[in-house]
Amino acid sequence: MIVRIMGEGQVKLADSHFTELNALDDELLAELERGDTPGFRRTLGALLDRVRELGTPLPDDSLEPSELILPSSDATLDQVRDLLTDDGLIPG
Amino acid sequence: MSGVMKRMGMIFRAKANKALDRAEDPRETLDYSYQKQLELLQKVRRGVADVATSRKRLELQLNQLQSQSSKLEDQGRKALALGREDLAREALSRRAALQQQVTDLEAQHRTLQGEEEKLTLASQRLQAKVDAFRTKKETIKATYTAAQAQTRIGEAFTGISEEMGDVGLAIQRAEDKTAQLQARAGAIDELLASGALDDPTGTAKDDIAAELDRISGGTDVELELQRMKAELAGGSSSQQAIEGGQNAAGTQQPQRDTPRFDKQ
Repeated sequence: MIVRIMGEGQVKLADSHFTELNALDDELLAELERGDTPGFRRTLGALLDRVRELGTPLPDDSLEPSELILPSSDATLDQVRDLLTDDGLIPG
Repeated sequence: MSGVMKRMGMIFRAKANKALDRAEDPRETLDYSYQKQLELLQKVRRGVADVATSRKRLELQLNQLQSQSSKLEDQGRKALALGREDLAREALSRRAALQQQVTDLEAQHRTLQGEEEKLTLASQRLQAKVDAFRTKKETIKATYTAAQAQTRIGEAFTGISEEMGDVGLAIQRAEDKTAQLQARAGAIDELLASGALDDPTGTAKDDIAAELDRISGGTDVELELQRMKAELAGGSSSQQAIEGGQNAAGTQQPQRDTPRFDKQ
């Protein structure tokens, strides 16, 4: 599966890694909903690190649509919350 | 998966779809519409041509009927002169029937003529409208292109353009590759012209090879001349001299051939 880390690029991840990544991702969502900023920062960092470790970066000239998208490592809890609302940070 | 990754992915896809909907090119729609108008104009013109053809056919029929009618009138006159009133009556009654047909056809002819005039006018008006639409279409297209460029600048700062940017990269790569191929083709032409690359077709000969051919050709002629002179003089001593000359030429030959090897 192709995952994009916003601001960094795309990586290819084997499906077998998703069980582990899902746990972190669910945790991240729970922290986001609770407004737990330190927890959110920690989990987001861990999730991004695991994706970078497990994934193979796609070359810049590849043309693959991303199936999953992750916020950039410096994204704040509020920014991510905004991204997940209907209007979000992205106009459209 | 129901976490942040999945939700962000879904939102991005929804946004990307909206962006793609927006990107549906109105210029193509305008061109299509113009095409349709041209087709309609063509139909109207064909209609005008059909009506004109029918009118022409009616005119021919009318001419025929009228000539038949005058023929019957002449026949009636002749029959009366010969005292055959019965024949004259028959001719005149047939002529009356023809006259009725002529009247009917004349009415149809007038209707057709009116219709033809109306259609011609409609065709001219439509032509003017289509021309006006074409001008407007080009203006809209130009405005749209400018607006699109502005929008792109705006979108460059959003997350969507990050995904969409990949497409831009592909176009950039295609352009780069084309430029590279063009440059390569130009370089190969230059190298072939300078003689640094061999022409595989073997059609072109560089100046050094031509000079070498000329020199070796000259040597052959000299040898031939010496041989002939020796034959004329006769005797073994001169034969030796020739052989010596051949040897001398033989020793010179590799020296002259050397640059040819170097070249190749």
